[in-house]
This record gives sequence, C-alpha cells and structure tokens, in this order.
Amino acid sequence: MAYGTSAVAKVDAPRSPYVRRRTTRGNYELYSWVFMRASGVVLIVLIFGHLFVNLMVGEGVHAIDFGFVAGKWANPLWQVWDLLMLWLAMIHGTNGVRTIINDYAQKDLTRGVLKSLLYLAFVIVVVLGTLVIFTFDPCPVNAPEHLIASFCPAR
Amino acid sequence: MTATLEAPETKAGAIPSFEVTLRVRRYNPESEHGEESFWDEYTVTAHGTDRVLDALHKIKWEHDGSLTFRRSCAHGVCGSDAMRINGRNRLACKTLLKDVNPDKPITVEPIKGLPVVKDLVVDMEPFFASYREIMPFLITNGNEPTKERIQSPEDRARFDDTTKCILCAACTSSCPVFWTDGQYFGPAAIVNAHRFIFDSRDEGAQQRLEILNDKEGVWRCRTTFNCTEACPRGIEVTKAIQEVKRAMITRAF
Ligand code: HEM
Ligand code: SF4
Ligand code: FES
Repeated sequence: MAYGTSAVAKVDAPRSPYVRRRTTRGNYELYSWVFMRASGVVLIVLIFGHLFVNLMVGEGVHAIDFGFVAGKWANPLWQVWDLLMLWLAMIHGTNGVRTIINDYAQKDLTRGVLKSLLYLAFVIVVVLGTLVIFTFDPCPVNAPEHLIASFCPAR
Repeated sequence: MTATLEAPETKAGAIPSFEVTLRVRRYNPESEHGEESFWDEYTVTAHGTDRVLDALHKIKWEHDGSLTFRRSCAHGVCGSDAMRINGRNRLACKTLLKDVNPDKPITVEPIKGLPVVKDLVVDMEPFFASYREIMPFLITNGNEPTKERIQSPEDRARFDDTTKCILCAACTSSCPVFWTDGQYFGPAAIVNAHRFIFDSRDEGAQQRLEILNDKEGVWRCRTTFNCTEACPRGIEVTKAIQEVKRAMITRAF
C-alpha cells in the first residue's frame, strides 16, 4: 500500500489529497490576530461605556425611548462613539466568525458559501448602521403628523 | 525475631493481578468489515505495574494476532505509540492501566486527524511533511568554525523545553484546528521550529518565521491547550507557539 497518497485507506471521511496546500505568505493573518486583541481592548471601553450611559446613569434603563436615542445622536460625541462601536464590533465579530468558519468548514465550497453570506451580512449591517447614524433626523419635515415625535416643533 | 509475611500463601514478589477490558477501535479494509471501522473488546489479565502497551501486547500475542499497532522502544523515547486512550492522546508505553480506571473498559483509538492505515496505525506522512517544511536542521552563514559551536548555558536553556520533542504527533493530532482539514502546520512543527528559532547558534530564524507566518501557520492556533495537555514529554507546547507568535509580531512592528 502506498503511503502518503490518496490510496491510503481511511477511517474517517476521506481526506485526499492529503498534502498541505501551498498558500500565499503575507502578514494578513498576523494583522488580523493583532487586530482582534487591539479592537477587543477598545471594545471593552466602548461597550461598557455604552451600557453604563444607557442603563445606569440617571433614570437608567427606564429612560430609553425614541427621544433618548434621538437626543444621543444629536451629540457628535455619541455619533462617533456609536459609529466606532458599530465598525469595530462588526469587523471584530466578522473576523471572529471568519476564523470559526475556517476552523470548522471541511470543504472549500462550504467555506466559500458561509464566508460569502458572512461578508454580505457585514456589508448590509455596516452600511445601514452608518447611514442611520449620520442621516438620522428625529423631526423629519413633510412627515405625516401621527409619525412625528411629541418633542418636535412640527407638533 | 525475624520478619514474617502477613499472608504466607502469596508467593514472595507476587503482584496482585486484575482483569481489564480494552475496547479497541479497529479498521482493516481487507477484512469482512471493509471500509467500516469497528470496535473489538478484549479482556486480559493484567498487573498493577502493567501499561496499556502491555495489555495490547497480551492481546496481540495471546488473543488476536491481527491487532495492529506501532511500538518500538516501549519506554517513551521513540514516539511510535501515541494513541487515543479514553479519549486523550497518550503514549501506550507511558500510560499505566491503573491510571486510566481499569474498572471500566478502556477505549483505545488511533490518533485523530491522520489517515488510518490499519487499526491503531496511522499514516504519519502529513505530520512529517509539515515537520520537514520548517527546516529542522541547523542553518548558518559564513565559515565553519574549526571547533564545536560554543553556546552559553543560558542560551542553551532558552530552547531547552522544545528539544525534548520525540515527534509522536500526540499534540498535532489532539488539535481541533488540525482535525478539520489537516492544512494547519500543527503544534509539533511549531515546537521544532521554536527549537531552532531560539537557538543562538542558528541563523535561519527569519526563514522559519516566514514559513510559519503562513495562512496555515501559527495564527491558526486558538490557544486551546490540547497540545500541552497531550504532550507525553511535558513540553509547554502552547507557550512555545505563543513565543513564536511574539517573535513574529516584534519582527513585523
Ligand atoms: C468586550 C469586548 C471584547 C473583547 C475584549 C474581545 C476580545 C476578543 C479576542 C481577543 C478574540 C480572539 C480570540 C482568539 O484569537 O482565539 C475574540 C474573538 C471573537 N470575538 Fe471578541 N471581543 C469583544 C467583543 C466582541 C463583540 C462585541 C463581538 C460580536 C460582535 C465579538 C465577537 C467575536 C468572535 C465571533 C470571535 C471569534 C471567536 C474565536 O476565535 O473563538 N467580540 N474576541
Ligand atoms: S511536542 Fe510533545 S506531543 Fe508534540 S510531537 Fe513532540 S513530544 Fe509529541
Ligand atoms: S514505544 Fe517508543 S515511545 Fe512508546
């Protein structure tokens, strides 16, 4: 029986061709590894700051309503804060799930399909989220009256 | 007064024996089982001083000569008999039966992630292929010294841990990242690269770091510590991998 070739019999699902494929060498995985740690540290500050301000300060969780969110996004600090949180969490989370897919998908096709879905979800969430943070207007002019919040001048 | 045996009916030097059952995962494509693997149970008489390897010998020599496994030194030196015993990778020759609860059947399987050839024998070629890729030999530049290459005890101590590897593959075949598709270099290759990267006499560190910076290199390590737990030589495998990662980061920034 020839060793090291696909002719070798297997117990588990066949794994032929059983040779490590040559892959490109670059610093991509290195930067990705460092990014996970660096973004993790920043995310601790962003997420716990976010939770503290939303859930603990003042009336705490009971204060959260449309007006509360509108008020926060009227402030450039919270716009930048939420934008940073959105982007970092999405890149961090997507890169983390990419790692998990690499670790668990056994076939290139499965891997490709899963990663395509992942990147699609990433693009949708990031584009939509960014758009909302920057174009959010709590009191749109020309909106039907019953959709306008109570604190708007149009009411 | 002379010392007397408390139980005079046992012979001097006799060791108490017990019955132990081994559940062995077998695979033989030439048998009637074909491509299916199957479990065989064997009950043998063993002693407190016996290892799993002794029980396997007893099975092969007295019960079923068709059982196939590798072993050479039988003393934890050659690295031939790594196998999955009760779900953990160990050397059969270094595992006492009494340490793996002989009251219940002891499961013995081939190590995972490498193609099985027969019973407990796996094809080690993919494992050695990644070992060869990290260039496990001294690389130097310039003129050969006329005497031996001198090294201080401190410099030698820097990589002492990773010189102990016996290439048994217990670590690599315990790694869930390696199980998936076998593309990952695996802990053993990194351990053996570490042995040269941190050797003050060696000048090939940059090349080895470049090789392990691969998409399938050290960055696939998820720090699960399975390798450190599996290593029969007690090498701190995960630590060695982290040290290689750190060397790459300091090189890149
Ligand atoms: C609280 C702040 C956070 C810290 C300190 C943090 C830290 C980390 C670190 C260091 C890793 C790398 C683990 C490894 O390489 O083995 C990681 C992985 C990951 N993170 Fe985060 N993270 C945080 C928040 C988040 C958030 C908000 C998400 C989701 C959007 C997320 C999703 C993931 C995923 C999916 C992985 C991959 C898991 C794995 O590799 O096993 N993390 N995280
Ligand atoms: S590092 Fe330990 S477990 Fe891995 S091959 Fe070497 S001796 Fe075996
Ligand atoms: S037979 Fe040599 S290490 Fe076990």
